[in-house]
Amino acid sequence: MSRISGAIGWLDDRTGFSRLAYPSLRKVFPDHWSFLLGEIALFCFVLLLATGTYLTLFYVPSGEQLRYDGPYTPLLGTDVSAAFDSVMNISFEVRAGLIFRQIHHWAALVFVGAIVVHLGRIFFTAAFRKPRELNWVLGTGLLLLAIGEGFTGYSLPDDLLSGTGLRIANSVLLSVPLVGPQLAFLAFGGEFPTDQIISRLFILHVLLLPGLLIGGVILHIGLVWIQKHTMYRTPGAKESVVRGPSFWPVQVFRSSGLFLLTGAVLALLAGLVQINPVWTYGPYRAYESSVPSQPDWYMGWLEGTLRLAPAFEPTILGVTIPSIFIPAMVLPGLMLLLLLIWPFVEGHHRGDHEEHHLLEWPSEAPGRTAVGAAAFTLLVVLTLAGGNDVLGGLLTIRLAVLNDIFRVSLFVLPVVVGILTYRVMKARGAQQPRGPQGAVRLERNAQGGFDEEPRS
Amino acid sequence: MAVVAVSAGFMATLGAGAGLLIVYLLGGDPRTEGVLLALALGGFGAGLVIWSHHLMPAPIREEQRHPMASSEEMRSALSRELLHGGVIGRRRALAWLLAAGVAGLGAVLVVPLLSLGPSPGNSLYQTAWARGRRLVGVDGQPIFADDVPVGGLVTVFPEGAAGRADSQAVLIHVDPGTFEMTGDALTWAPAGFVVYSKLCTHAGCPVGLFLAQSRHLTCPCHQSTFDVLRGAQPTYGPAARPLPQLPMRLEADGTFTALGDFPEPVGASFWDMSA
Repeated sequence: MSRISGAIGWLDDRTGFSRLAYPSLRKVFPDHWSFLLGEIALFCFVLLLATGTYLTLFYVPSGEQLRYDGPYTPLLGTDVSAAFDSVMNISFEVRAGLIFRQIHHWAALVFVGAIVVHLGRIFFTAAFRKPRELNWVLGTGLLLLAIGEGFTGYSLPDDLLSGTGLRIANSVLLSVPLVGPQLAFLAFGGEFPTDQIISRLFILHVLLLPGLLIGGVILHIGLVWIQKHTMYRTPGAKESVVRGPSFWPVQVFRSSGLFLLTGAVLALLAGLVQINPVWTYGPYRAYESSVPSQPDWYMGWLEGTLRLAPAFEPTILGVTIPSIFIPAMVLPGLMLLLLLIWPFVEGHHRGDHEEHHLLEWPSEAPGRTAVGAAAFTLLVVLTLAGGNDVLGGLLTIRLAVLNDIFRVSLFVLPVVVGILTYRVMKARGAQQPRGPQGAVRLERNAQGGFDEEPRS
Repeated sequence: MAVVAVSAGFMATLGAGAGLLIVYLLGGDPRTEGVLLALALGGFGAGLVIWSHHLMPAPIREEQRHPMASSEEMRSALSRELLHGGVIGRRRALAWLLAAGVAGLGAVLVVPLLSLGPSPGNSLYQTAWARGRRLVGVDGQPIFADDVPVGGLVTVFPEGAAGRADSQAVLIHVDPGTFEMTGDALTWAPAGFVVYSKLCTHAGCPVGLFLAQSRHLTCPCHQSTFDVLRGAQPTYGPAARPLPQLPMRLEADGTFTALGDFPEPVGASFWDMSA
């Protein structure tokens, strides 16, 4: 005890940090399982940084060709890149290398998954309303960065599957209006495939994108800290007060526990469920392709738009609009734009310019919930369509029939799900009013806090 | 009860950690390592969570929220300080030049980016195929007509450029006389042999699947399908252009020779491809 106060005293004499640390330890955090989704994403990110740093000690970011002579006999004597060879080395020769490589990959899959579920929680409970629109935009940016990390990461082993993904990425860049070829040549360092791409992806994956992610995550959490966490509209909840256990010791113990439990689940997955076995795909060859070829799950919806799109490639006045331009650039671009500006669109539409700290239940805003459910349905249909070859094989349905089912579903299902959700939410909202209803006006009082006045 | 659970958790971590070390030293096994690592992390994590829920005073505290906005005075002071704090003052012209300087710094940033890759120039319009180039396999050895049975498919390259990505092509052998092309396309398909670019015109994947019965080529990426007998016209899937056909002829010695490059750009489309 005295030793701790001695240390605190020493540090405080020099920094005055007690002024900051004391209120921080007492800071209140509301308790609810759904508030832990973002934490799970954060913990995956920490584990990714740790396992990723470990992997860089063995990985060789080079496209230089050499002859494989490791212990995996089916590939013995084949020409592989130094990158592929080093991933084989991590998987078969570095002791415990495979388990950390698989934790890294599983953590990446769960990372993006946790972000998406966290985003869903924020959306369906309207946690994005003023004053949190900025954090919504920031969070969307973090989602894009996470997907970028995922894509660059699974491209690094330079295997047949990921090389095919890079080829498609190159073609998508080519389809950018007017400057497409220039962009593709700048990004890849020449005509696909190039020697430089692996080392470029590597520096993006281990330096630039993680740097942006770390900065973004600090800002994201910093804003939650400054704005204080939202709360559910339970009986007794007030706009002007945040209730919950304090940061120290309760939340520190729980969050540390959750961090370790997240790691435990990832370790179990990594030990028992094989992920990205690059040796079965083989090294990348520009003239070969793997069958079936599926990307990681979060790219599945883009794969779906590509597979379902019609063969539409008009040439107007000597200008060709590439067939992948609309499904690979316009459509995802519009969807991401809508995601990004949703808080502003909704705020404007509702004429709502008040601060909100109590969340809405999905049944309190049937329209928003219906839009969210419809968008979710659309993404599920697209993701399934991205695996149409696997699904077709499993269900023994002809691909053409399956694609037509998907095409119809793409337009019908979101509408049906949206209408059904709207009805159900409307009915539930009418049945069970919860907590204080209607808008309140916040009035600052003499103590610097603020009082609530009901508003008609 | 909770004390027992927390102790069990921490003990599990100790045991699993020791076990992990032993398994590692004995040579390692990914499955056992995964399970032990999970036990080590999970035991400790569960211990902390149970501790926080049952063995710790967890008073529910309340904290006042404060509106995010600062006072009106502070805001106007800030904008005054930013705009009229004497930073720029009356020297408007200098302010414009400052903006011009920033643009100059932007150009400084762009220059290194431009070095990242060469200008595409003509490279998307041409491949290594040229008049007189023999067709060789992946190994660089010439392909002979006798080696490709009816229903067979071989990946071919121009001699001296085996493995080159933009020049990859497929040589397909079908029954002579079944082709439904006309003109040049038909003369470029001697004795039932035809060569198409192997790069899908949709997203550029290698079109590797040959359905010998229906004589269609299918791309494994997005399932674009091309009719081999009709000039590789797309018949299904998202590709809209036929695979470019290589002008070639069958020589007396049984090898094949290109008569020129592909007549159109290969692979995925781009906006000025018809230019």
